[in-house]
Amino acid sequence: MSASYLARRLLSIVFTVLVVSLLVFGITQVLPADAAVMLLGENATPEQLAAVRTRLGLDQPVWWQYLRWIGGVVRGDLGTSLETGLPVAGEMLTALGRSLLLAALSLLLMLVIAIPLGVIAALRRGKPADVAIGLGSYVGVSMPEFVTATLVLITLGHPEVGLLPATGYVPLTENFGEGLSRLVLPVLTVSVILVAHVARMVRSELVDVLGTDYVRAARLKGLSPRRVLFRHALRNALLPTITIVALDVGYLLGGIIVVEEIFAFPGIGRALIVAIQQRDLPSIQAGALIMATTYALANLCADIAYAALDKRIRYA
Amino acid sequence: MPDLLRRLLRTPQGAIGLAIILAALVMAIAGTSIAPYSPEQFHPRARFGGPSAAFWLGTDQFGRDLFSRLLAGARATLFYALAATLLGTAAGAVLGTLSAFLGGLVDEVLMRIVDAVMAIPNLLFTLLIVTVLGASGVNALIAIGIAFTPGMARVTRSVALTVRRQDYVAAAIARGESSGYIVLREMLPNVVGPIVVEATIRVAFAVMALATLSFLGLGAQPPSSEWGLMVAEARPYLFRNAWMMIVPGFAIALVAIAFNLFGDGLRDALNPRT
Repeated sequence: MSASYLARRLLSIVFTVLVVSLLVFGITQVLPADAAVMLLGENATPEQLAAVRTRLGLDQPVWWQYLRWIGGVVRGDLGTSLETGLPVAGEMLTALGRSLLLAALSLLLMLVIAIPLGVIAALRRGKPADVAIGLGSYVGVSMPEFVTATLVLITLGHPEVGLLPATGYVPLTENFGEGLSRLVLPVLTVSVILVAHVARMVRSELVDVLGTDYVRAARLKGLSPRRVLFRHALRNALLPTITIVALDVGYLLGGIIVVEEIFAFPGIGRALIVAIQQRDLPSIQAGALIMATTYALANLCADIAYAALDKRIRYA
Repeated sequence: MPDLLRRLLRTPQGAIGLAIILAALVMAIAGTSIAPYSPEQFHPRARFGGPSAAFWLGTDQFGRDLFSRLLAGARATLFYALAATLLGTAAGAVLGTLSAFLGGLVDEVLMRIVDAVMAIPNLLFTLLIVTVLGASGVNALIAIGIAFTPGMARVTRSVALTVRRQDYVAAAIARGESSGYIVLREMLPNVVGPIVVEATIRVAFAVMALATLSFLGLGAQPPSSEWGLMVAEARPYLFRNAWMMIVPGFAIALVAIAFNLFGDGLRDALNPRT
């Protein structure tokens, strides 16, 4: 991987974030919400409203407001929440941290479940195990997150079962065991959906690889099936999976919105939903921008990992 | 076309998917006329009921018949999802073909913007559009259509570019056929296939997105019995009567599975080689 490739990729991420920022800013501009009215309430006098508009710079031209906002973003200032009066950046980044923890644990659990399932399906191709895994993954892909989440909630989170606390969040640093137990259900929900997707991918890649000449050559050399599978076939079959996992991160960031909402998990998705419901413009802008940037960076990381693992790939 | 249908029905995915879709469409069209009760009728003595002879799929917190509500909500879910996909596919097809046709700088700029928009997680993008338009079923439909457009534009463009380079197009040009003939008779039939497959699978996403928006309170509004809204209304009573959530949740999943299966079957039927 050359330095110029990396530079170009970073440049394209900057471009993406710029387009996203224009889009998000444009959307919040046409939103039927007046920040001054929101701050002061319906009963404010016109003079008070005018004063607040001047303070917030709402009487300036739109392009100037955009430049001021984006200038702040560059300096790490994402504005002040209309609801809480606190800086948005700190709150949103804390929420992002929690979401990333949820996402990382889900990805980990997903890989632990999905890869063996995919391998079993590929090795038992056409047998009942394969058909069952295939059907299961169709169901997993086709269930919206909120259905999966509520199903998990009424089965494992049922108060009569008393197995796990249903909702809420406790920081891991505060009480590790308690915090972890509250992560179980959301993590389980998110990974169920991902498993369905990735297991299908692993299966189809492995089926392709098992049909190649080098696998046949390895078999004909008299290597044990185990050695053929783990040393020769699986390594190549898993490579394209990395790309799919990266694409899933984008999906993950969307799906996490709903899962966080249902399990009352204070991540960035829930923060965004709350901001949308309250029409808190700075928070909406910041949340959307942070999520899009995270997604772009995740894709870059996946490409770098891909090149590092597969020596045949050369990004010029 | 009958040939395509025969090949489609020979794949198990295609046959099962098509059967479920047809059943769902009949349900949506017949709707309340075949429902045993009015979807709004209260049965105070039969609140929170499980499936029974009188109420096939159980009842909700007001004793409303879940089966009747499911039938009434099928339109708001299925037709809106189809319309949203159609909107996104049409807009994307126009944009993608235009981009491929014009080429050069326009193509480059359009595709860069499409890339950037696609860097926003899909649900987030849909949420932002609905926020602007306001919460309603129709606005959810429009938002999902707009959110589908960049992806469909990308697919259409790449397919159009590939087809343009095919030998049979070069052969038609060499034969001296008119551009109209080449676009309509040689290119279009080969462009439509992959787009239809992509659109079919996207209906599954549209069903799920529509239900998700309603679930979050940003789509269909009460007293509609859109399926996502039914799940949302079941939330406070999850532990009293799970059927309130399972019935619409299962219906959403079944329809989404059907379109996924149908799309996969269609892809196999359109590619006889594989």
